[in-house]
Amino acid sequence: MAEAVFEVFRGNRDGGQAVTYRVPIVPGMVVLDALHHIQAHQAPDLAVRWNCKAGKCGSCSAEVNGRPRLTCKTRMDSLPLDKPITVQPMKSFPLIKDLVTDVSWNYRVNKKIPPFTPKPGTDWKMYQADVDRVQEFRKCIECFLCQNVCHVLREHEDMEHFGGPRFFVRVAGLEMHPLDSKSRTRLLKDELGIGLCNITKCCTEVCPEEIHITDNAIIPLKERVVDEFYDPLLMLVRKIRGAKPA
Amino acid sequence: MSAGSTTSGQHHLGATMRPDAWWLELIPVIILLGVFGAYATLRALEGRFYEWGPYLSPFYSPLIDAHHRWWPWSPALLILAFPLGFRVTCYYYRKAYYRAFFLDPPACAVAEPSKRRYRGESAFPFILQNLHRYFLYIGFIFLAFLWRDAVRAFVFDGHFGVGVGTVIMLLDVTLLTIYALSCHSLRHLIGGKLDCFSCARFGGSRHTAWSWLTVLNERHMLYAWVSLITVGLTDLYIRLVACGSITDMRLF
Repeated sequence: MAEAVFEVFRGNRDGGQAVTYRVPIVPGMVVLDALHHIQAHQAPDLAVRWNCKAGKCGSCSAEVNGRPRLTCKTRMDSLPLDKPITVQPMKSFPLIKDLVTDVSWNYRVNKKIPPFTPKPGTDWKMYQADVDRVQEFRKCIECFLCQNVCHVLREHEDMEHFGGPRFFVRVAGLEMHPLDSKSRTRLLKDELGIGLCNITKCCTEVCPEEIHITDNAIIPLKERVVDEFYDPLLMLVRKIRGAKPA
Repeated sequence: MSAGSTTSGQHHLGATMRPDAWWLELIPVIILLGVFGAYATLRALEGRFYEWGPYLSPFYSPLIDAHHRWWPWSPALLILAFPLGFRVTCYYYRKAYYRAFFLDPPACAVAEPSKRRYRGESAFPFILQNLHRYFLYIGFIFLAFLWRDAVRAFVFDGHFGVGVGTVIMLLDVTLLTIYALSCHSLRHLIGGKLDCFSCARFGGSRHTAWSWLTVLNERHMLYAWVSLITVGLTDLYIRLVACGSITDMRLF
């Protein structure tokens, strides 16, 4: 039976190291299966967060061969077996143990975003053409791989001034909703720091739901921020019309 | 089972657990942008060999003060800032050069040069990227001139004709138009800024236009590169014909 060599990070906030395990490969196997095999046969104390094993709960995020991925959607036959396969925890978040990280910062960012606010006296009828865009954003499973790979968080560790791609997707879903009445452009600019994003598209590259995060969420939101704060012509038009900015 | 060291704590340029040659994707960007930048600069400074018969180089169009009545330098220097500004502030090129030249980041999940102060596009100079839509507006004026040039390229000494240069100029302006139409800012201005297409004036038409532009926008990177290469080759062809290195072939 074919075998794969895994180098799995073992440790906690105080430090750790890669530990080598050998795992037999069976057809259809994914990396999470291998981690479960390690748990069952070699290291029962290996900490791995997982739930659905179907790519829908967003729990099993890790870095496989250095790339942020869902371990349950990473098939073994997609990885070269001639070298050890590295499995590391998400780098951008504080480590709890082994492959489990503390992603609670994301939930604190989420609380900054005003929820869906329907217009008064809303007629609850929507046309498909109006909600096509929003439906893409609803596919997000909150795996936080986009947050993990974003260099503003990963390299510059600017958690204080930056919301991250996951929350730009959420804001896009609210801002582009045909029945929502609230503007979040000032929040985007001042608190979620959309100007810090330099659109290098890593978030889009790692999204397991294949949401076009940069093209369909972040850039359209950047354009809305330009409308509101950086376009001198639009500012002049608003002044002439007596309209207030958001 | 055996224990070894981990490299997760490393932080220097290029530190990563990725085993693939991530740097390979930077090389074409560095070469193409570098070669085009050097060639365009030299051609803009050259100030000659930019027209032949009905052909006019896209680097010199619209042609302003060709006879140096008030502008002593190359006419290209009067105009090139605008198409250059459009490309520099383009959402695709921003990704390309932030990665390839600023290494910010060099690739996904690859470490940057060092811990440094980062302000992205929220402070000068990169906050000026927000003016991209103004370069788009000016870009459409330039496209109008380039279409005029392409139509003129069908007229040889007052008679209809088609040369290799005509075909090249037509292809060039077509690709430049597609590149401009696939622009993210245009997609926003046409319909993306609306929350509710069905509630807006001309909402149906704007949704249709937005949908078409979205299809083009999905290949914005491709159009950005192809149009960059064709505009350079168009200028090169006209230069070679104008300086007599090659002869333009008349197709009919």
